[in-house]
Amino acid sequence: MWEMIMGELDHAMQELARNFAHFLPRLLAMLIIALLGWVVAYVLKISLRGILRIAKFDKLSDNAGATQLLNKLALPSSSELLSRVVFWVVWLGFILLGVQVLGIVGLQEHIARTFLYLPRLFVALLIFFFGLVAASFFSRAVLLASVNAGSPSPGLLATLIRTIIVIFAVTMAFEQLGLAERTILIAFAIAFGALMLGLAIAFGIGGRDLAKQFLERRFSKEKQEQRQDELSPL
Amino acid sequence: MDLLVGVPTQNNAKTVGEVVQAIRLGLLKFFPRERVVIVNPDGGSKDSTRDVIAAASINDVQRSSDLYALRTLHCISTVYDGGSGTEVALRAILAAAELLRAKACTIVSPESINITPDWIERLLRPVYRDNFDLVTPLYRRHKFDGLLLRNLVYPMTRALYAKRVREPYAVEFAFSGRLGSHLLEQQIWDQAAGGVGTEMRVTLAAIAGDFRLGQTFLGTKQHLDRGSADLVPAMRQTVGTLFWSLEPNFQLWSASRATESIPTFGAESELTAEPIRVNRKRLYQLFSSGVSELEPVLRSILSPQTLTEIQAIAKLGEDDFRYSHELWVKTAYEFAASYHKSVINRDHIIQALAPLYRGKVYTFLLENREASADEIEAHVEALCLTFERMKPYLLDLWNARE
Repeated sequence: MWEMIMGELDHAMQELARNFAHFLPRLLAMLIIALLGWVVAYVLKISLRGILRIAKFDKLSDNAGATQLLNKLALPSSSELLSRVVFWVVWLGFILLGVQVLGIVGLQEHIARTFLYLPRLFVALLIFFFGLVAASFFSRAVLLASVNAGSPSPGLLATLIRTIIVIFAVTMAFEQLGLAERTILIAFAIAFGALMLGLAIAFGIGGRDLAKQFLERRFSKEKQEQRQDELSPL
Repeated sequence: MDLLVGVPTQNNAKTVGEVVQAIRLGLLKFFPRERVVIVNPDGGSKDSTRDVIAAASINDVQRSSDLYALRTLHCISTVYDGGSGTEVALRAILAAAELLRAKACTIVSPESINITPDWIERLLRPVYRDNFDLVTPLYRRHKFDGLLLRNLVYPMTRALYAKRVREPYAVEFAFSGRLGSHLLEQQIWDQAAGGVGTEMRVTLAAIAGDFRLGQTFLGTKQHLDRGSADLVPAMRQTVGTLFWSLEPNFQLWSASRATESIPTFGAESELTAEPIRVNRKRLYQLFSSGVSELEPVLRSILSPQTLTEIQAIAKLGEDDFRYSHELWVKTAYEFAASYHKSVINRDHIIQALAPLYRGKVYTFLLENREASADEIEAHVEALCLTFERMKPYLLDLWNARE
């Protein structure tokens, strides 16, 4: 009886040792892949940070208003943040490779799903960032053009343009993430449609006479008088 | 070929006929023995511009003036499309001049409605006979005309490049074949310059290349439409080009040199003072609303101290308002440094200067309401000297921002 127990225990121990002997090289392989991944990711991070600094990415971010947003969220500068994101994405990729070597089925599936989501997150962030850049550029262009044309409420016009572009960028980013796609799209369509309809009603029906007078004054008589009073700069 | 006259056109049917006839008359009268060609690059006119040029006959000139050509007077018209109008046209004229080995060339604006045959002689003779490389025009102007030139472009160009070229942005000018060939090889055609202000780039390239400069008095500068030259495009063509030129010419302008006069044929400046209607109130409103609305933009371009000073004067009433020379020069230099640094889009920087320029013009109008021609000249001279005196400020900004 005792011998049987000892035999089973010995068998179990041998099985464990054999399994461990099989697992150990895989674990080491995974660790090596993770270490290699860390080195590659770190080199990429440093290189990208350098390239972004040369390309004055932080200035672009300043102009877009993204830096202010990051400061409010107590996050580092745009170039640093982007370098870190790239570092983690690359390193996670290598870790996933390592996990595949380990052969743990459940864990592998979960990480793969998470990892597959990362590019979408990255693209969504990129869309949002360039949306901010575009919003800043076009709102400033509208502001300058309206100020130089002497239009009433140039600030309001610029804010309107900025808001529309930011809403558009946020909608696109959410669509990329696949979060409440329909809700966001419907909300956007309703908000944008309402705005346009409101403007159309205001100018088309409600303030038809006023709009007519305004446009006449704006583009004919007043403009002519202003041009007559204008001095030639050259 | 001895002489080449370039007339770039684009929908100028109303005026170009008279201009071409005046050119022909000038050539027959003053250069009867020279081999001459008129080159007309046309930017795809939709009106009858090219027909008008083709119909302008040499016989009409001879009938009206009793002058006879000793040589054939060639007139070549060609159509181009695409690219910036003035730039493509000027390149075509330069290329033609080089191909024909023209000794002296002149460009004449098709809108110069008050051109006389004398203009051709005044422009071409210094180049053809006296070996000048670039001859820029001088005009008789109203004392409140060309204020962008007198309040910014001329003083700043003079202070930085040390040459007293009164009209650095010239729509009429003459140049030697040597300068023409040099210009074709230069980076003045660089698209980074925005494809505008080619005329100004020619002047700056001639200064940078140390060519022999002269200026000649032509007569009254008359505008087709007084308000035709909108401020922002005019600023892009002149101020934008001047700011752009500072980068490739840093070695030249950063060296400290005394400003030099350049030989002048005829009067250096003639101002008229007949009463004209100017909406000063609108200028003031555009300045003060610009300063308040553009605050975030100006904050990224100007130093905090300069911005505070501008905001302070914007709060003054219309009668007490004064934009001093010092503050204006600081503003201009800070804009130039910010343009170099590209703190925001470069075209936006130029546009943001427009409301501040209106403030300076408002001050100019207030201070010179009753001023004589001499007093206006003294005023411009004082501004030029302020630009020269404060040049180290621009150098500090330039180097600090490097």
